[in-house]
Amino acid sequence: MIDRRFISSFDAWFVVVVLLILSLGVLSIYTVTYTVAPKAHGAIYTKQVIWIFLGLIVFFIAASIDYHEIARFSTFLYAAGVVLLILVLLVGRTGMGARRWISLGFFDLQPSEWIKLIVIIVLARYFSNRSHPRGLSLLELLVPVLWVGVPLILVLKQPDLGTALVLLFIPTVMIALVGLRSRTAGFSVLVSLMAFPFIWEIFWNVLKPYQRNRLIAFINPAVDPTGHGYHALQSKIAIGSGGLFGKGLFGGTQSQLKFLPEGHTDFVFSVFAEEWGFVGVLVLLTLYFLLIWWGIDAANKAKDHLGVFMAVGVVSMLVFYLAVNIGMTLGVAPVVGVPLPLMSYGGNSILTTMAGLGLLLNIKIRRFMLFY
Amino acid sequence: MDIYTSSDNPREIQNRLGYLMVGIVVIFAALLLRAWYLQITKGSYYKEQSENNRVRVVYIQPPRGLIFDRHGELLANNVPSFNLYLVLEDISDKKGVLDLLARFIQMDRGELERKINSPKNNVPYMPMKVKEGLSLKEVALIESHRLDLAGTILVPEPQRNYLCGPLAAHLLGYVGEISPAQLQESGNEETLPGTSVGQSGIEKTYDTHIRGEVGQKIIEVDAVGHEMKVLRVQEPASGNDLYLTIDLNVQKVAEEALGKDAGTIVAINPRNGEILAMVSHPAFDPNQLSQSLSPADWEVLSSDPGHPLTNRAIQGQYPPGSTFKLVVSSAALETKEVTPEEPILCTGGMLFGRRVYKDWKRGGHGVMDLHTAIVQSCDVYFYEMGRRLGIDRLADYAFRYGLGQPTGIELASEKSGVIPTSQWKIRAKGEPWFPGETLSASIGQGFVTVTPIQMANLIGTVAMSGIRYQPHLIKAIRDRVTGRLFEFPPVQLGKVELAEGTYNAIRQALSGVVSEPHGTGAAARSPFVTIGGKTGTAQVVEAKPGVETKSLPKELQDHAWFIAFAPVEDPQIAVAVLVEHGGHGGETAAPPAKRVIEEYLKNDRPSIHQQL
Repeated sequence: MIDRRFISSFDAWFVVVVLLILSLGVLSIYTVTYTVAPKAHGAIYTKQVIWIFLGLIVFFIAASIDYHEIARFSTFLYAAGVVLLILVLLVGRTGMGARRWISLGFFDLQPSEWIKLIVIIVLARYFSNRSHPRGLSLLELLVPVLWVGVPLILVLKQPDLGTALVLLFIPTVMIALVGLRSRTAGFSVLVSLMAFPFIWEIFWNVLKPYQRNRLIAFINPAVDPTGHGYHALQSKIAIGSGGLFGKGLFGGTQSQLKFLPEGHTDFVFSVFAEEWGFVGVLVLLTLYFLLIWWGIDAANKAKDHLGVFMAVGVVSMLVFYLAVNIGMTLGVAPVVGVPLPLMSYGGNSILTTMAGLGLLLNIKIRRFMLFY
Repeated sequence: MDIYTSSDNPREIQNRLGYLMVGIVVIFAALLLRAWYLQITKGSYYKEQSENNRVRVVYIQPPRGLIFDRHGELLANNVPSFNLYLVLEDISDKKGVLDLLARFIQMDRGELERKINSPKNNVPYMPMKVKEGLSLKEVALIESHRLDLAGTILVPEPQRNYLCGPLAAHLLGYVGEISPAQLQESGNEETLPGTSVGQSGIEKTYDTHIRGEVGQKIIEVDAVGHEMKVLRVQEPASGNDLYLTIDLNVQKVAEEALGKDAGTIVAINPRNGEILAMVSHPAFDPNQLSQSLSPADWEVLSSDPGHPLTNRAIQGQYPPGSTFKLVVSSAALETKEVTPEEPILCTGGMLFGRRVYKDWKRGGHGVMDLHTAIVQSCDVYFYEMGRRLGIDRLADYAFRYGLGQPTGIELASEKSGVIPTSQWKIRAKGEPWFPGETLSASIGQGFVTVTPIQMANLIGTVAMSGIRYQPHLIKAIRDRVTGRLFEFPPVQLGKVELAEGTYNAIRQALSGVVSEPHGTGAAARSPFVTIGGKTGTAQVVEAKPGVETKSLPKELQDHAWFIAFAPVEDPQIAVAVLVEHGGHGGETAAPPAKRVIEEYLKNDRPSIHQQL
């Protein structure tokens, strides 16, 4: 599939931005695991590098198969994703109080990471399939609600709060883009308001005690006698103490002295901010912003509706993760445990993010193509 | 299903992307503003917070799994013990604190200093273990001087306790603080310095099963590092319980029967390979070893000429002496070099080459057949068998019985012994095999060495007509979380394929060794049970003509062997006894074997009467 058009429309600087963020991630993982786990240290960052290489392969595959072709298989992908989510609940590996992984020996597959991309593709196909001069009717709204509802319930059952929230966020953005008929909008608001207490009840019940405590701790840190705000507090100290220029590589006392938990996974941003200071944060956020901007650009230049919705889906997924993860480390979002795209340690996160970015490139390089 | 028609123009939707972009810009701006607020506006506040971080992670050691015998008798549990930890970063007046500590606890200043500077304790703010098992007096002294002892922490932690002291010490093993090398090896980032791990025996082999999982406590401390408030606790998970195959009563009798002599007893169930008892003397007290031993005490133990840390049952390599005649008999009968009835004259020696190979009995045994030769342990008969067989055919049968290789029991550092072949001689000694050496080998002398566990398994195999089982020590593991019992089924290693007549002839002779008038193992005769066995006397030094070995000093006297199985009609137990420098096997090694067998069989277990 790599033809002349591919190369000519290949946006090199986009790949450079991605590689820069990935490198900063590996660097942070390297420093934080250096003293904390001297033996496993080598293993963790080399594994991350291996994931990145695999991620690049996934990236190019996702970019080279025509996205219309991918959409054609979306029903099948969706079925496979749902089956895997059910399998997780039956035979999944439990870790940190949740059942999220299917152990494949060399790799623990986390289907909830992949279902997000699948839902994006399925919804994009659905929305592109209709012309909506006046916005969605009530009946047309019901279909995406069902598409999202099934995996949402399965994911909440694990429980995986972060993924559940992103599964709600992505269709919301898409629907906002398509628009609703005024009657549909009014009705949805009404139904949501009426259903809220019940949904909240269900939602609250599926949460594990530690997740409830985190939410309580977020809303009111003072009601925190047993220290569930520990993560957030230590993270704030880490970031804040970084100051303008940071403490330098390996200089982060918070992360190096192990006060900060999960420094290589969910709290990798805190490690980075402690070492590089506000200047580093500014650079990193700029890099992420360029990435998002590029994604919006892909949506803007897409040839057809399918491309627009896919790109918007991927962009909203990334934005959600950036906002929630970084917000969490900065103490302005609850600790729900979502990874920072491209920086947090973990194969599933790296691979799915790279696949999403591959889709963006896919849409962008096919903007000149006509029909197939 | 081509859904992408030429009217599919997304311009209208794309025009709305601007709103999305605005939302994104707002989010990024908010994050950046928040970072500005934390890092610049309140930067110095958080800087101070990070420098005086008063939060510590304290690890809570889990209790190790319990160890039981086959009937559920407790062999090892845990008792609370006070351990002293130091957090160096919290100590401002290092000299003062160390001086005071050295006065309060039984530990000299130099050793204290050395512990603290040890490179394995270099994780900042990680409490480092200085002493285990503090006495109540020491605890009281430290507690009452809390204010002067910044950075000291007293933690009650589970301490391994072996209820029977030195009983089965080698088999159980002991625990100790993880060494830097072991830490490297574990490859598990959760394993922390200071963790207690199994250092030998079952404790070592099954360490991952019985160690449990370390818990965590997040605490807030005051300026001198003393705990003020517990922020969060994650309880440790205790390890899984082990059920051994050994029978505590049999083990006790075996320990007692061996007494003060250096040596070993191994008892095994030939029907499934379960080890019923395993004794090695001199022994050590695992309780003493499991507390942090001072270097001086360790020096005493490890340099003890009696080698108390060696498990003689699996690590002692001894010449098998006449017990090896079981292997020679098997080989000779199976290769048809001899029939059970063929008479061979023993005149008290055999001329071979230019040397006379002597029989242990001066004057000789007279006319011998296979049966009488085993019963009376005639050496000349077996010299002749060895001459007919040659070393390589003999070695072949020894290998089939599992000699010359570790049995694979679940204990570290098992030795394999040596079964020489002509190839081996060239490799190991650089010279060819001399035929005369075959004669020495055929009475279990010369280059041949075996471990006692191999011999117990050997006679068990003969008792079972060739069926060999993997000797093992674990009957079951009980999962502490689910309460489920995982049983370990016996592992059959295959069959030594000899004619049934061969096994019958050998077993009859072994029975005769104990029950017949001239039998060398008469001391093992029991009024309760029929025992079959074979004595052995392993020379420590080449006997010189005319020197009665009994007159030699103790350390040059022969090792005494007795290997046995019982009941002859329906074998339930196989035993190997070795008494170092015990002289004749029939005198010193046979009685303990008898006692072990009687103890095991008196338990009135329903015996399956199987016609052999």
